Order: sequence, then C-alpha cells, then structure tokens
Amino acid sequence: MLAIQGDVREHMRHIQRAGAESSLVRVVRDLEDVQGLIIPGGESTTIGMLMDEYGLIDALRERTQRGPFPIYGTCAGLILLATTVIGKSPARLGLVDIDASRNAFGRQLASFEVDLDIPVLGRAPFPAVFIRAPQIQRLGRTVTPLAWYRGQAVMAEAGPYLVSAFHPEMSDDVRIHQYFVEKVRRSLTVKGVS
Amino acid sequence: MQEQHGTYNVKSGLAEMLKGGVIMDVTTPEQATIAERAGAVAVMALERVPADIRKAGGVARMADPKIVRSIQEAVSIPVMAKVRIGHFVEAQVLEALEVDYIDESEVLTPADDQYHIDKWKFTIPFVCGARDLGEALRRIAEGAAMIRTKGEPGTGNVVEAVRHLRRVNHEVRMVVSTPEGELADLAKELGAPLDLIKKVKELGRLPVVNFSAGGVASAADAALMMQLGADGIFVGSGVFKSQNPEKTAHAIVRATLHYNDPKVIAEVSQDVGEAMPGLEMATLDAKDRMQDRGI
Repeated sequence: MLAIQGDVREHMRHIQRAGAESSLVRVVRDLEDVQGLIIPGGESTTIGMLMDEYGLIDALRERTQRGPFPIYGTCAGLILLATTVIGKSPARLGLVDIDASRNAFGRQLASFEVDLDIPVLGRAPFPAVFIRAPQIQRLGRTVTPLAWYRGQAVMAEAGPYLVSAFHPEMSDDVRIHQYFVEKVRRSLTVKGVS
Repeated sequence: MQEQHGTYNVKSGLAEMLKGGVIMDVTTPEQATIAERAGAVAVMALERVPADIRKAGGVARMADPKIVRSIQEAVSIPVMAKVRIGHFVEAQVLEALEVDYIDESEVLTPADDQYHIDKWKFTIPFVCGARDLGEALRRIAEGAAMIRTKGEPGTGNVVEAVRHLRRVNHEVRMVVSTPEGELADLAKELGAPLDLIKKVKELGRLPVVNFSAGGVASAADAALMMQLGADGIFVGSGVFKSQNPEKTAHAIVRATLHYNDPKVIAEVSQDVGEAMPGLEMATLDAKDRMQDRGI
C-alpha cells in the first residue's frame, strides 16, 4: 500500500477482507517485502512529487522491468500510472498506455456515486464512488477496458496493471480488491514456474 | 441506481483523499501556486490570513469571489473557502462558485450566535472546527463531513491545537471504554447526539476525517500533531507569515508525511528561516480568542 498521502486505511481494510496482507510503502526499502502495490486516491500532484523525491518512481520502474509486478491505481493512482496526462502533468510511473485527464468529471460539486456493470466481477452491479475523478481519454492497444460509464472507460487493465477512475475502497464491496489480489497471486505462480 | 451527487459518502470521501496532507491558507494566485508546488493537497482561499485578521480587527467576512476564482484558475488541487458561522448565504455563494469544500470558520466573525449552517442542504461538503468531542459531533450532526480541531488561529502557537486534539482523543477513549448502557448519560454530558456517540464507540475514532488547525508554524509542529493522531494539517498564517514561505511550506509537507522519522524532520527543518512571530496565549484577551466562537 503506497502510503504517501490519501485514503490508505480504507484500502488496507479492503485488502484484509479480500484475504491478503498489506504493509505501508513510504520509502524504497519498504518495497522489498511486497508482491504488488496499490496506489490510493489522493492528490496526484502531491503523491507523484513525493514519490519522485524519495526515489520511489525509479525504484518501481526498475522493479517492473525485472518481472511482472502488479500495481493497482485508483483515481490519483490512475493518473500516476498513465503514460500521458492532459494538462498539468505530475511526476509519475507512466506504465499504462492511456491518456488521462485530471478532474475531468468536474470539481467536487460534480462528484457522484453510481452502480456500474463490471462484467469481470459477475452480474451484480458495483457501487462506484467518483470524487473529482479523472477520465481516460484514450486507450492504448495493450489496454483492455473493464467498465464503461457515460461512454468513457472508467476501469481498465494492461498486463499486471489495473486502473480505476473511481474508489472501490469507499464502498463495502471488496470484489475489485479480490480481483487484484488474484492478479498478485497469479503473478507469483508464474514467477515460481519460470 | 441513478447517478447521485452530494451524498455523505461523496462529501466525506473527498476529506478521506486529503488524509496525510497539508492544506494551506492562501490569499493570492501566486501563493496558491507556491502551496501547490510545495505539495499541499488543497488550499484555503481567503482575503487575509488569520494573523492579519487579528491585526485588522473589525468584521471578517467571506473572501471576494474574484479572489476565490483567481485561485481556482491558478491551481488544480482542491480549493476550499471560509464562510462566517451561520451565514448560509455566504455558503450558497461559495457553492455557486463551485469551491470544493466550505469551512464554516470561527476565524471569520460569526453571523449567527445561536445556529450553525444546516449543512445537509448543500451539495458541497463542509469542514467545521471543534475543541472537544461533543463540539465535533454536534457539527457532524449538522452535516459537517470533516472536522478540524480549532487550536487558536493566527497565533503561531501550537499549544491550543495540542490541547484540543488531546481532548478529542481522551473523550473518544472515554466513549470506547464506557459500557453500552451508560452511553446515553455520557452523550448528555458531552453534549453530543447518542447515535453519533454509538458510532464513535463502534469505530474507536471520530466518524469523519479530523485535521489539526490553529497554530502550526513549523515542520516539527506538524509532525507533533500527526503523532498525536491528526489525519492531516491545516496551516493558516504559518506559511505566508514566515520569513521564507516556499521553504516553510516544503518542510511542513515533508514533515507531515514522515512524521515518525525524526531524521527527515531534522533534514527538512534545516535552514528554513524564521517561523512566523508567535503569540503567547496569556497575552490574548478573552474577546480575542477565536476558538470560543460557535461552540
């Protein structure tokens, strides 16, 4: 769990309920003990700047080059995983081939919650909370959209990476965290075989 | 389910996203840019910082919409702004301006000496000040989606901020250790609604995010409040009344993140120039204490 700033506690509660263990990542050496990373919601400018200052961006890029290292970014985390950010662009990892637009749904007045259909999670709709949410303006060829809202992809996957414009940790539904934990487990099995 | 705006989840959710961060008072777009570059998670747009409000005297009101707009244009992080306690029309104006959070604040001159704003009526979330648990829960009952312990604004003296946060923590522990059957009596004693007291017992903490405000003037002050259990920090006069605002802002943000690492705090505190000149509480007349407004 990247714990620079944002709603870290809510994600950790969900990870636990999804049957996995989590620990806080604040500095590079914290990465040694983790098999995957969640970048929470927060302010992408702040998180990106401080990740960069403390060497986490370089360390994570290096880690992802060594082999599949699952990362899930929610909201601010989506921005930090995007290759391209429209407008003011913060320091970031840039691992998922998407164009992201910050706060594109609008200011807080435009924040909303809605039930989404996310086919990979099954038939029951997912309660999604969008807070000053970003939009994905373009999906690269390597990126698979997993959920749509108002004609926009709001959740997507690219290899070991997962992004969502909304906050699954703000509801009681843990299916997305289970989905990510499963991704982490699979990546470990693959490494074990090779 | 249809798309729903202004739900409590969405209101308190934005506060959750600000956790671990620093929110800075700014009066111009230039200051807002300095705050954003230093890593602030949000800015509070106002006409004067609390220290100057103290100096100026008279009635302090909501900022000129022009100031709010120019700051919104300058930065991409959330912009908050203050309204007078009970002044729901100032709040309507700020909602029309689409600020991201409204601070119903004792720093401005109260407009109503009996009632706070009915915050449930707004789509925009509110943050309110509190000196103890009862005050915090009364504000939450009125619809506040975020709390900040009050401290004493514009003094650069952290002592009241410490007092208020410790008191909230102490009273939360009291609620947690009180048996279910005695909670109604405790609720009466604290002046708080029983359902919220039960919620505090269940969670073991305030039901919303709680930042520390009113007196943080250095990196060490910020880390102190974080170690005492604050979810984040409001800095009012502490940044732009210091000798070197850029460096002070930079240091406070990093100390808030690495609040448990004295080495980092030492490093960022080095050579930042003088902090804002502080005020000793004993020199403050009762009429000049902002924390006693709207309780």
